Amino acid sequence: ILFIYSSRSARLLPEKLTVYTTLVGLLNARNYNFGGEFVEAMIRQLKETLKNNLYNEAVYLVRFLSDLVNCHVIAAPSMVAMFENFVSVTQEEDVPQVRSDWFVYVVLSCLPWVGKELYEKKDVEMDRLLSQIEGYLKRRVKTHVPMLQVWTAEKPHPQEEYLDCLWAQIQKLKKDRWQERHILRPYIAFDSVLCEALQHNLPPFTPPGHMPDAQYPMPRVVFRMFDYTDAPEGPVMPGSHSVERFVIEENLHCIIKTHWRERKTCAAQLLSYPGKNKIPLNYHIVEVIFGELFQLPSPPHIDVMYTTLLIELCKLQPGSLPQVLAQATEMLYMRLDTMNSSCVDRLINWFSHHLSNFQFRWSWDDWSDCLTMDLEKPKPKFVKEVLEKSMRLSYHQRIVDIVPPTFSALIPAEPIFSYKYEDESASSLPGYPASVTVGNAIKNRASNEEILTILKEVPNPNQEDDDDEGESFNPLKVDVFLQTLLHLAAKSFSHSFSALGKFHEILKALTESDEGKLHILKVVYDVWRNHPQMIAVLVDKMIRTQIVDCAAVANWLFSQDMAHEFTRLFIWEILHSTIRKMDKHVQKIQQELEEAKDKLEKQQHKRDSGDDEDMDKNSEDEEGQLEEQIERLQEKVESAQSEQKNLFLVIFQRFIMLLTEHLVRCETGSVDITTPWYKNCVGRLQQVFLMHHVTIQQYMGTLENLLFTAELDPHILAVYQQFCALQL
Amino acid sequence: MSVKLNALFSDSYVDISQYRDQHFKGNRYDQEKLLKQSNTLYVGNLSFYTTEDQVHEIFSKSGDVKRIIIGLDKVKKTACGFCFVEYYTRTGAENAMRFINGTRLDDRIIRTDWDAGFKEGRQYGRGKSGGQVRDEYRQDYDPARGGYGKLASQHRPTEAQNTF
Repeated sequence: ILFIYSSRSARLLPEKLTVYTTLVGLLNARNYNFGGEFVEAMIRQLKETLKNNLYNEAVYLVRFLSDLVNCHVIAAPSMVAMFENFVSVTQEEDVPQVRSDWFVYVVLSCLPWVGKELYEKKDVEMDRLLSQIEGYLKRRVKTHVPMLQVWTAEKPHPQEEYLDCLWAQIQKLKKDRWQERHILRPYIAFDSVLCEALQHNLPPFTPPGHMPDAQYPMPRVVFRMFDYTDAPEGPVMPGSHSVERFVIEENLHCIIKTHWRERKTCAAQLLSYPGKNKIPLNYHIVEVIFGELFQLPSPPHIDVMYTTLLIELCKLQPGSLPQVLAQATEMLYMRLDTMNSSCVDRLINWFSHHLSNFQFRWSWDDWSDCLTMDLEKPKPKFVKEVLEKSMRLSYHQRIVDIVPPTFSALIPAEPIFSYKYEDESASSLPGYPASVTVGNAIKNRASNEEILTILKEVPNPNQEDDDDEGESFNPLKVDVFLQTLLHLAAKSFSHSFSALGKFHEILKALTESDEGKLHILKVVYDVWRNHPQMIAVLVDKMIRTQIVDCAAVANWLFSQDMAHEFTRLFIWEILHSTIRKMDKHVQKIQQELEEAKDKLEKQQHKRDSGDDEDMDKNSEDEEGQLEEQIERLQEKVESAQSEQKNLFLVIFQRFIMLLTEHLVRCETGSVDITTPWYKNCVGRLQQVFLMHHVTIQQYMGTLENLLFTAELDPHILAVYQQFCALQL
Repeated sequence: MSVKLNALFSDSYVDISQYRDQHFKGNRYDQEKLLKQSNTLYVGNLSFYTTEDQVHEIFSKSGDVKRIIIGLDKVKKTACGFCFVEYYTRTGAENAMRFINGTRLDDRIIRTDWDAGFKEGRQYGRGKSGGQVRDEYRQDYDPARGGYGKLASQHRPTEAQNTF
């Protein structure tokens, strides 16, 4: 029982590792067999976690084992042997780089705990080990790094590749003769007891071979935003290449990993970090939290968790943490020019949500430098988007009240409906008479047939009066009907949803063609252009009720009509939401297929193992039905996947077209390509790859053959290549 | 010791509360079963002026929202400070319980709780005056919730008379 408890705790409370290893050490000193069984159990567990792709957990297990060397449970030479086996993975051929990366990472990350002991016993072997690692790190490919960096600039803090940073930290530790003072080592106090204990040898451990379906952890970049110059009073922040920095960050990440579901506990645990008096703990906590929030491709936990955790921390440390957070926000604002687009989006969402919990109090005047810049530059853009999001959580007048009058150019528009056929002044418009008739018909609860009849009379601007070729697409019909309907339903989201539902039949009829689908989206934008939140929810509803399809939405977002909105956050929120819906749709049908297949298997199993008496016509019929159902679902899956692939083709094709146009224009005009628009667009392309990398991996072949070919402009191709490098 | 181990997996923000809807058609067991698998949340302590847009914005942070039903005064048919939020997935609702419950919307700390599922009629306040029960009896002045509680506001004019 005790080792279930201990080993569980080892996995789940890694920041308290040394407490449990000491406990095991003391037990081993009393009872040699216990120690042996415990080690065996841990090795078994390690094998299991590796088999199940639980690499992050496996790191903690290996670290636990290595600390058991310090507690005289495991003999140092056998640990070195295990490390040698791990590092030998770097000699394997034809394996993904991320595989050998992991084994090197595990060894290096244990050294802060056990480096001293291992060097004392086996320095020659350890030196050899480290030089093997050094060789590997030198020849490692690092194309993936730019895609994972939060900032593209090297100053003030370089965004280092994680293995490079850890290597530098271990090098420094070695130079310091493995003197490490941060980790709490309770076993030192019990040295007299522990050194009498008999040690066990680790059984030879061969790393499991590479399996094609293995999912190794993705490479990452170390997030740093503070250094020793930032904490004005009190303890100094350990340097970026100090091993203390590594250990503190590891432990804080572990605490969040364990307690993220319970914000009060999480905040309390973070703030009671042992050794907090020797480090500027608030700065470390804020840095680690933002590091996770900005992690690429995505944060380890849902974004909103970090907002609530920071609020909780502010509650517990009202005298100190809010100031650190304000300082951090200021720094993040200053560095917006080189920040990755996805990270800027997350910052916008975090900051606006955070402010809404503190009456939107902020020293806006500190940011008045953004008022004299081109509004497309990152800083004014950021403030604009923050104010827009803040308005969504409150109301327009509130935003007017909270910013200084100098900021008026950045205040969002009042989110009101723009009705083309508002009043008599619009009477000259071709659709005006019909709009009045349709409006009255809807108010008087006319039937769909009656309304369609009215709409038939709407003149088609695309067609000649005497053109008798039948129904071609009539954009004015769509315009009149939808403008009028949405105008009547403008009161709230629910009213609009109800309207879409009630007139679903008519809307489906109007959007049968691709032109129709595109036009309906144009009209929605036209009427609600001051209320992007409403546009997003309406588009969502229309996809879910199949009035428009995902490809139509993508084409609309990239269309010329929307070019002036291209850099606004709501455009990308709609695009990513659309891609996610497509994804969920495919997954749903795949699941239905799996369930049907399982059902058939069970049925067949029952039949095979049953007597002849049980084999009646009914079960044969049922099987036949299931087989038919499976065939249909199979077709449905293929069709859905085809739709999904097409969606990505549309999106990437559009990106390539836009970017190529820009590059050609700049070249012919001898103008620098890196305009704010260009940086934004490239960032958005990267974002599509990163946010949906799992799905996109399935279609890599097609993408490479059709779109990302060698003929493509190297600037655009580079993004694709960086993406491919993530799973090397 | 198993208590301690369970503490490692604790997720208390997601637990069901003590509240049970007295109008629920079914027994306690049925209600609890529905609560434990529900995708719908009751949201309380809203300002009367909080709109569906605002509710949608904040609750979308924990998952895709399927629908929102704003609670109405049974007599006046105006918002009376509560609503239901239904998610497409249970996870969306759970994350709202973990991260949106107890934070602010329109400057007020809002409270979320599991709901067994919306049924027609449940969008109305159950207080005698038409609003929520809590607004019948409260003694404080809350400008975002119609001022004084209904009972308290009935007493008030009498007090003013007495001072003269």
